Amino acid sequence: MAALQGSTLDAINSNQEQLLEQWIASLEANGATRNLKEQVLKQETREFLQLLSEGLQSGSGNSLAGAGWDAVRRFLEKLSSTRAQLGHDSHQTVYFIFALKGPLFALLQAHYRDDPATLAEQLWLISELLDSMGMHTIRTYQASRETVIRRQQEELLELSTPVVKLWDGVLALPLIGTLDSQRSQTVMESLLQRIVDTGSEIAIIDITGVPTVDTLVAQHLLKTVTAIRLMGADCIISGIRPQIAQTIVHLGLDLGTLTTKANLSDALKLALTRVGGDLGQRV
Amino acid sequence: MERIPILQMGEFLLVTIQVDMHDQLALTLQEDLTERISRISARGVLIDISALDMVDSFIGRMIASISGLSRILDAETMVVGMQPAVAITLVELGLTLPGVSTALNVERGMQVLRQRLERT
Repeated sequence: MAALQGSTLDAINSNQEQLLEQWIASLEANGATRNLKEQVLKQETREFLQLLSEGLQSGSGNSLAGAGWDAVRRFLEKLSSTRAQLGHDSHQTVYFIFALKGPLFALLQAHYRDDPATLAEQLWLISELLDSMGMHTIRTYQASRETVIRRQQEELLELSTPVVKLWDGVLALPLIGTLDSQRSQTVMESLLQRIVDTGSEIAIIDITGVPTVDTLVAQHLLKTVTAIRLMGADCIISGIRPQIAQTIVHLGLDLGTLTTKANLSDALKLALTRVGGDLGQRV
Repeated sequence: MERIPILQMGEFLLVTIQVDMHDQLALTLQEDLTERISRISARGVLIDISALDMVDSFIGRMIASISGLSRILDAETMVVGMQPAVAITLVELGLTLPGVSTALNVERGMQVLRQRLERT
């Protein structure tokens, strides 16, 4: 594979100002400068061009993995994380790199006017280099977004399983949001642990906030109820909305062993009669 | 040979499992228990498994079969004090122990057994 020629590098270095001007114009035209101060943008573009020419000079070839590109990689990583914080989407972030292509290609075209073969070769090399930089940027951008999503998911998981004590011996668990396997596992564990800790005999699971009940959710509910029964407590499911009742019946789900109530107050009434009167009941 | 003690409290038998259950121990317990039930005509059996923190399908099945055996000998079985982890494991194994009565602790289990006995 042919390397970038020194002459290309010279052309870039001697025309920096012109490149910067066109680059910024292209960025502005495409809305990739939203929320960015002009000063910051100028500084960023200048720094990147400087790093780019240093990278080209280091002779690490046009693969971004080379040691000569360390500074460029670090710059791009910083860039994508600041862009993510500013609320730029992936397109706007990566356009920072791709907007340089136009001015750069025009420059090279003028520079190699008399030598089409070299022009094609140099254009290809530069293009490949800029593409891999774009890819690197988008990868870091995505990774930083994913970290945020993962953290939020974990927080949500912890927040979403509050077990509340309604009465002596009566616990309630208001469920809000979709039940997936991982969440129902957390729900089950925390509820069972609270039953042991408080010695409660009745647990009410309120599913008013669960948008849909499919076979999987019903399966999870049944498992939780069975586990509660095995521990010697009783479980009431409340807050079953009419639509959900219809879905359950249409799906042919068998909730025969479950005690179900339309709303939380009915469930609490039943729980109180059980706790107050007959302490043990056949399960 | 290692054995699990069976205590008598009036008409009831109390079994507290405090060691790791292995298969032979479970079988011995099953034999001892049936023999004791028929000898003293026990009306209720209380199995306390609060110290048991690990179960496999064999132990799960043993609990179910003890309950079945006692019912034939006219003694009510109560499994009390099951740990959350054990309950989750049994459910995941598909052993839902239908027909086995459960209670949170020995005290409650005993209360329920007495109430049932009064009714009959």
